[in-house]
Amino acid sequence: MIVSLFLTFAKIGLFTFGGGYAMIAIIEDICVEKKKWITHDEMMDITVIAEATPGPIAINCATFVGYRQKGIWGAISATFGVVLPSFIIIYLISIFLDNFIEIAWIANAFKGIRAAVGILILDAGINMFKKMKKKILSCLIMACSFVAMLLISVFAWNFSSIFLMLIAALVSIVVFIIQGVPSEKGGGK
Amino acid sequence: MIYLELLIGFLTVGLFSFGGAYAAIPLIRDVVLSYGWLDEETLTNMIAISESTPGPIMVNLATYVGCSKAGVFGGIIATFAVVLPAFLIILVIMVLLKKAIGNKYVNAVLMGIKPCIIGIIAATGCYMILNNCVTPMKQQVADFWPICMTAILAVFYYGSRMLLKKKVSPIILIVISAVLGVTVYGIK
Repeated sequence: MIVSLFLTFAKIGLFTFGGGYAMIAIIEDICVEKKKWITHDEMMDITVIAEATPGPIAINCATFVGYRQKGIWGAISATFGVVLPSFIIIYLISIFLDNFIEIAWIANAFKGIRAAVGILILDAGINMFKKMKKKILSCLIMACSFVAMLLISVFAWNFSSIFLMLIAALVSIVVFIIQGVPSEKGGGK
Repeated sequence: MIYLELLIGFLTVGLFSFGGAYAAIPLIRDVVLSYGWLDEETLTNMIAISESTPGPIMVNLATYVGCSKAGVFGGIIATFAVVLPAFLIILVIMVLLKKAIGNKYVNAVLMGIKPCIIGIIAATGCYMILNNCVTPMKQQVADFWPICMTAILAVFYYGSRMLLKKKVSPIILIVISAVLGVTVYGIK
C-alpha cells in the first residue's frame, strides 16, 4: 500500500503541468474515481483545507490522502512521491541551464519568455480577484496591498511581503471583533 | 552558512504561501532577491521553466534555487523546507484540529490574508511587466521589442479568450513567447 501510494503520487507529480489546480482535477480522477481511496466529499474538504493552508496545494492533497490511507508513513510516502519527479527534472535542468543559456537563440527565446511571465502572474491575480467575495473591507485591503507592494518593488524597499500579510490579518481580525460582537447578539446565539 | 539560509528562507515561503503557486512567487522573489541568490533575470527565466515543467511550481523553484546555490544537497534542503510547513499543517489539522477550518477567528484571519495576497500577486505581475519593458532603457539601449512583445502576447492571450472563448494555457503562451523572442532577436 505504501509503495502504491508512492507510485501513484509520483505519477501525479510527473504528469501534471500548470501547478495546483490542474493537480486537484487529476488527484480527484485517480484517488476518487479509480482507486476509491477517498470519497468525493473528502476531496471537497481537501480543496477547502488546501486553500486555507499555506504551501503547495499538491502537497496538502498528497499528505491528506496518504494519511487517510496509511497514517503517518502513508502521508510521508505520498508527499515524497509527488515531489520526487519535479526534484529530479529540475536538478537536471539546474546542471545544464547555465551552459544552455549561453547559446544565442536560447537566450533570445528567454527574452521573449520574460515578456510572458509577467502577464501570466498579473492574470493569476486578476482571476483570483474575480473569484473573491467583494466586500468593502477585502477590496480595501487588496487595493492597499497592491499599492504598497508596487511601491516596495519599484523603490526596492527592504520590506517583506509577509509583513503586509500579517498587517492585513490583524486589520481583518480587529474589524471582525469590533463588528462581530453586536451581530452575534442580534443573531441570538 | 548557505544551508541554514536556504532552510530558513524556504520555510518562510512554505509557511506564508496561502493560495498556491502564484501566491508563492512574490515571496520567493522577496527571499531570493534579498539574499542575493539569483538576479532578477535568472529568476524570471526560472519561473517560466517551473511553469513549463511538471510538478508544483513552488517545489520546482525551491529545487532550482537550492541546487544552483549549494548543489544537490542545497536542493534537498530547500525542497524539504518549502514542503514541510504544508505537510505538518495538514497532519495537525487531520489529527487534532478538524474544527479549525470554519472557525470564525481563523476565517477572519484568512479573510484578511486572501485579498492581501491577491494585491501582492497583481502588483508583482505589474512590476515584472514594467521592469522587463524598461530594462533596455536602464542599460541605455534603444530596444523597444520588450514593450512590443508584451503588447502582442497580451492581445493574443486575452484576445483568444474573448473571441474564441478558449483559455490559452500558460505553457502555450510561454512556447509562443519563446518563438517570438527567437524570431524578433534572431532576425535583428
